[in-house]
Amino acid sequence: MASAGARRFLPSVVGFSSIVLIFVVVEILIRVGLINRFIVPLPSDVAKSFGRVIVEEDILHRFLLTGWECLAAGVLLTVFGVAIGVLLHRVPLFRRACETWVAAMASAPLVLAYPLFLVLFGRSALTIIMLAFIAGLAPVILKTIEGLSTTRRVLLDVGRSFNLTPAQQFWKIYFPSALPTIFVGIRLGLIFALINVVGVEFLINFGGLGHLINELAERYDLPGTYAAICFVVLVSVVFFMATERAERWLTSAA
Amino acid sequence: MADIGRLTRARAATPWLTPVTLVRVVIVLSVLVVWQVMAVSGWFYGDVVPTLRIVTVALVKLLSSGDFYWNLWATIQEVAIGLSIGGIAGIVAGLVVGANKFLAKAFEPYLYYLGPTPKIIFFPVMIMWFGTGYGSKIAMGAVSCFFPIALNVAAGMRQIDQVLIRVGQSFRANPWQMALKIYLPAMRHPIINGLRLGLGVALIGTLLAETKISNRGIGFMVIDAYTKFDMPRMYAILIVLFVLAIGANTLVARLGGLDDIKQK
Repeated sequence: MASAGARRFLPSVVGFSSIVLIFVVVEILIRVGLINRFIVPLPSDVAKSFGRVIVEEDILHRFLLTGWECLAAGVLLTVFGVAIGVLLHRVPLFRRACETWVAAMASAPLVLAYPLFLVLFGRSALTIIMLAFIAGLAPVILKTIEGLSTTRRVLLDVGRSFNLTPAQQFWKIYFPSALPTIFVGIRLGLIFALINVVGVEFLINFGGLGHLINELAERYDLPGTYAAICFVVLVSVVFFMATERAERWLTSAA
Repeated sequence: MADIGRLTRARAATPWLTPVTLVRVVIVLSVLVVWQVMAVSGWFYGDVVPTLRIVTVALVKLLSSGDFYWNLWATIQEVAIGLSIGGIAGIVAGLVVGANKFLAKAFEPYLYYLGPTPKIIFFPVMIMWFGTGYGSKIAMGAVSCFFPIALNVAAGMRQIDQVLIRVGQSFRANPWQMALKIYLPAMRHPIINGLRLGLGVALIGTLLAETKISNRGIGFMVIDAYTKFDMPRMYAILIVLFVLAIGANTLVARLGGLDDIKQK
């Protein structure tokens, strides 16, 4: 049993140990002078500066600010994305005309329009929220259409046999059946929103966590910059894992 | 061969003006009319919402200037080199991780969870490592595209039909022949799809880096237009950029035969 358990965790241990080993090697290379410590700080200094960055840079407030921007963008893209998706599904002609445009929108570098949004909404949270909203809209629309279109025939027939009105057919049959797929779209949209929120905060030097990285880099606080980057990566990973867990729960419940 | 002698139905000629085309034309015209009304209404600053004529003049001016093509070439070079470096690294990492279950369990979670992180936050590090010139933009492109390509290739490697591998082994193909004759042809679609996704994110990474610190490239042109408050020029650059990005994405998907898969 013990050997089976050990074998199960061995890959994770090897993976984690490899990452630690890389940090140890970098630490040694910097200490012996093979890597310039003014370009790459000592990993031990980065680890030590975590506490300083958290306390001195008011990271909780910044985290909440980024979280609030993501939440606002998330609410907007859920409301508008699902509504547009439902509309396109209900009017097949519109769907055939616009679905490829929405897919094309997903591949366009929309975040590059941030200077335009700066002009329209000013250097404010609204610019960040609107850009994140637009960047995350396409997957929500596409997945809503997909979810509604793949509703099983038998469920629709059951609805018809009960003489459900179109509204009842939508709320009792289509929507519950499409909900797991719609949530996949919302999850993708939220991930795009988070990427864009942090990215635009960094680029326009305003807001929460992205702003912090830019500020520390401009102060040439190398360990602090690296620590802040690690913190943002950690937040993104936790966010990604949490939404993935929620998606799995919703899919299994459906 | 099986089709010989079979009667096939001739494909009906599609009329030029289908209802779908009509709806599209109506939508585009409505957007243009709304824009023009907004521009001439005086509700918005004329500089922020310029008339269609001004945007069209800016578009023509942009496309007829050598400066635009010089900057476009600079961005294309950065994206191409970034995509090559990130693409090769991603394909190698994907092949290694995809071919070995142990390595997949050990390292794929890191690729999977680091993939959706915002890559632009690494830009200060890239500036310190590679300077403010071409190097940091290429590095941004490479880092951005590495993850989707590696994950697609790893997933594609696991989806190869085992029959194909056994056929290769029964012909006693050496590892090189296995790679060239079995693995790569079988993985054409995952690799092309990874490159398509990689191209999109490499383009975004490079362009955003250009808007931050640069004196060349399309990203620089966008931020330069913003600094000079030349809004018609900014609209023109963004229109051309979106058209080029969507076109490149469609082209890669079509060349790689991804459209055929969707249709099947």
